[in-house]
Amino acid sequence: MKRNILSAVLSVLVLTLLTGVLYPLAVTGVAALAFPGRASGSLLRAGGRVAGSALIGQPFSAPRYFWGRPSATSPFPDNAALSTGSNLGPNNPVLAEQVKARIEALRRADPGNTSPVPVDLVTASASGLDPDISLAAAYYQAPRVAKARGLSLSSVEDLVASHAEDRTFGILGEPRVNVLELNLALDRGAPPAPAAPEAGGPRDVP
Amino acid sequence: MTPNSLVQVGLLVGLLLALARPLGWYMARVYEGKPVGLDRVLGPLERLIYRVCLVNPAEETGWKAYARDMILFNLAGLLVLYALQRVQAWLPLDPLHFGPVSPESAFNTAVSFTTNTNWQGYAGETTMSQLSQMAGLAVQNFLSAASGMAVLVALIRGIVRRRSDTLGNFWVDVVRGTLYILLPLSFVLALALVSQGVVQTFTGSATVPLLQPAAVSQPKLDAAGKPVLDARGDPVMEAATVSAQVLPLGPVASQVAIKDLGTNGGGFYNTNAAHPFENPTPLSNLLQLIAIGAIGAGLCVTFGIMVGDRRQGWALLAAMLLLLVPLMLVCLAQEQAGNPVLGRLGVNQAASALQPGGNMEGKEARFGVAGSATWAALTTATSCGAANSMHDSFTPLGGLVPLFLMQLGEVVLGGVGSGLYGMLLFVVVAVFAAGLMVGRTPEYLGKKIDPFDMKMAALGILAMPLVVLLGTALASVTKAGLAGPANPGIHGFTEMLYAFTSAGNNNGSAFAGLNANTPFYNMTLALAMLAGRFLVKLPVLALAGSLARKKAAPAGPGTLPTHSPLFVAWLLAVVIIVGGLTFFPALALGPIAEFLTHAR
Repeated sequence: MKRNILSAVLSVLVLTLLTGVLYPLAVTGVAALAFPGRASGSLLRAGGRVAGSALIGQPFSAPRYFWGRPSATSPFPDNAALSTGSNLGPNNPVLAEQVKARIEALRRADPGNTSPVPVDLVTASASGLDPDISLAAAYYQAPRVAKARGLSLSSVEDLVASHAEDRTFGILGEPRVNVLELNLALDRGAPPAPAAPEAGGPRDVP
Repeated sequence: MTPNSLVQVGLLVGLLLALARPLGWYMARVYEGKPVGLDRVLGPLERLIYRVCLVNPAEETGWKAYARDMILFNLAGLLVLYALQRVQAWLPLDPLHFGPVSPESAFNTAVSFTTNTNWQGYAGETTMSQLSQMAGLAVQNFLSAASGMAVLVALIRGIVRRRSDTLGNFWVDVVRGTLYILLPLSFVLALALVSQGVVQTFTGSATVPLLQPAAVSQPKLDAAGKPVLDARGDPVMEAATVSAQVLPLGPVASQVAIKDLGTNGGGFYNTNAAHPFENPTPLSNLLQLIAIGAIGAGLCVTFGIMVGDRRQGWALLAAMLLLLVPLMLVCLAQEQAGNPVLGRLGVNQAASALQPGGNMEGKEARFGVAGSATWAALTTATSCGAANSMHDSFTPLGGLVPLFLMQLGEVVLGGVGSGLYGMLLFVVVAVFAAGLMVGRTPEYLGKKIDPFDMKMAALGILAMPLVVLLGTALASVTKAGLAGPANPGIHGFTEMLYAFTSAGNNNGSAFAGLNANTPFYNMTLALAMLAGRFLVKLPVLALAGSLARKKAAPAGPGTLPTHSPLFVAWLLAVVIIVGGLTFFPALALGPIAEFLTHAR
C-alpha cells in the first residue's frame, strides 16, 4: 500500500511535468515560430500603432461608427478583462426590456429607418466580446453611418461588401463582417479591402 | 432549419464516423501493448516514467487493486490541484497577481477537474494564475481523461479474459493513454488552433486602445485609492471614460486542445469556447467539435477490435448516434425558430442570405444558430461541457435537449472511456431484460450475466439520478439553494436542475446564470461530482473483475445477437426508458412547463 501511495504521488508529479510544463512550453515555442501574430492575440495595426485585436469586439455608440453586438460585460460593454454573456432566460422580462431599449436606441440614431431590426444587433453575444455582426446588421446601419459621415449610401454599402466574410469553405459558420476592421476602414476614409495574409483567419489591417 | 445547417450537421457526423475507424484501431494497439510507431520515439520516456514512479509494468492486478490505484491516483491529483490553487499567489507565472483561490472554490474546482467534470464555479481570467491553469487544471484534463479510459479498458479486458484474476496494470494504462493518445493529438490540435487565432503565450495581457472611448460609471477613489462612501455607506459613483481594453492572454491553445479531446470542458476564459481567443473561427469550431467527439466514437471501434468482433463496436456507436442526431436536430430547429418574445417586439429573426436569424441571445455571430446548437448537443452528449453559446438563454425546448442528453447518463459518446463503460452498463441491463422475457440466462459476448453483475450494473446506473434529483430537491427547499438562480420563476428551477445534472454526470456545462460560487453550491456540487464519478467507476471495475473470472459460455442457438439492428433498438429503448422515466417529472416542472406557459 505504501508503495502504491508513493507511485500515485510520483506519477502525478511526473505527469504534471510532462503535460503541465513541457507540453505547453513546446506548443508555445512552435506557435511563436509558426504563427507569431495569431499566438499573441491577433493584434491589428493601423498607421503603425496597435489598434485593437481583430478577434475582440469594441464598444461603439456614435452614429458615425457601425455598432457591434450588445455586450453583457461590466462596467462597460466589450470589457475583455472579464468575458460574460447575459444568461437571461428567453422569457425573462429583463431580456424583453433590454431588447426594447436597444431597438429604441437604434431608432433614435436613425429615425428614418423603419425596417425590422436584425436579431443579432439587439441580443447580447455569448462572450460579450463578439467581434462580428451579420451582414443584415451591417446593411441595416449603413444609411445612418453614411449620413453621419456625409458619404453616399452606396459607398458605405460597398465598404461593407468588401469586408464581408463568407462561410469557411462555403459551409462552416455564418457570413459576417468584423466591426472594428470596418470602422477602422471608415476612419481611414479609404475603402479598399485588405488582402488576407494567411488564409482562413482574421486579417491584418495594413 | 436551413439547408446549410443540415449540411453542417452531416459534415460533423460524417467526419466523426470517418475518424472512428483509424483512431479506434490505433487506440486498441496502445492498450493491447502493441507497437504503435510513436513508441520508437517515446518508448524510452515511457520506461523512464515507470522507473521513476516505482511501477513494474509487467505486473497485472485484480479489480480491487486496480480500483485502489485509480483512487490513489485521483486523490493525489486532487490534493496537488487544491494545494496549487491555494498557494498560487506565492508561485511564479501569476502575471495579473491574483490572490489564492478561496478554500471552498479551490475544493470544488479540484474535485471538478479530477472527476473529468470541469464545472467552473470561478471565472478563469480573473481567478487562476497561468501556473494554476497549465500545471494544475490542464494536467487534470489529461489525467482524468486517461483515468476514465483506463477503467473502460479494464472492463473490456474483463469481458475478453477467461478465468482470469487480473484486469491489467492501472499505471501502464494511464501512462500509455496519456503518452500515446492524448499528448500527441493535443499537440497537433493545439497548433491547428493557434493557426486560427487561439492565443498561446506567456505574456499576461495586452492593452489596446478603444477606437471610440467608452463612458462608464465607476466608484470614486480618494487619494489613498480607497472608494469614497456616501452617507449610507454606498460607494460614490463618478462618470469616467475608458479608452483602452485589457486583453488577458496565456497558454490557451494547449489547454483548449486537451479540454476538447479529453471531454473535460474547462476553458481558460469565463465564457469558454464562446470567447474569441478560445474559438476564433468557424474552422476552429469544427476542429474542436471533432476533437470533442473523436475519442468517444473511436473507443467504440477499439472495443469491437479488443473483443474480437468489430460489429459489436459499430452497434454501440450506431445506438449512440441514433440518440445524438435527432436530439441535435430538435435543438437546432427550436433555436432557429427564434424567441417569440422578440418577434413580438418587431425583431427580424428569419434566416436569410444576410443573417442566420434565430434565437441569438447568448450566441456568437460567427457560429450563428447552427454552430451553436450542434455544439450544445455534442458537448452534452459527450461529457465535455465546453460551451460556445450560453445554454441558459436557449429557448425552453432548445435548452431541454442538452439537459436531457446529460440525463441519459452521458452514454451518447459520453466522456472518454466513461461514456462507453456507462453504455456497457445499459447493455448488461438490456441483455438481462431480454433474457428474462425468453426465460434464458442472459449472456453478453460469451459471458453469463449473473445476479452480482446485474447488481453492479444497476448500482452504476442509479447512482447518478439519485444525486441529481436529491441535490436539486435540496437546492429547491433551502435558502442557500434558492439564492442561486438568476432568472425568475420556472427558468430558475431549470438552472438548479441543470447544475446538479451537469455535476452528477461529470459534464460541466451550466445554465450559467446560476450563481454557483457560493459555499452551498461549491460543496453540494462537489459531492455530486464525486458520487457521479466514483459510484459508477467502482461498480464498473467490480463488474469487470467478476466477468474476467468467468469461463466462456459459447454462443448457442438461443443466444441473443448483440450486433443486430434489433438489439440496437432494444438498447435504445432501455436507455430512453430509464433516463426518460427517471427525469420526466423534473423536466416537466422545468423546461416543459416553461414552454407550455409561454406558448400562445
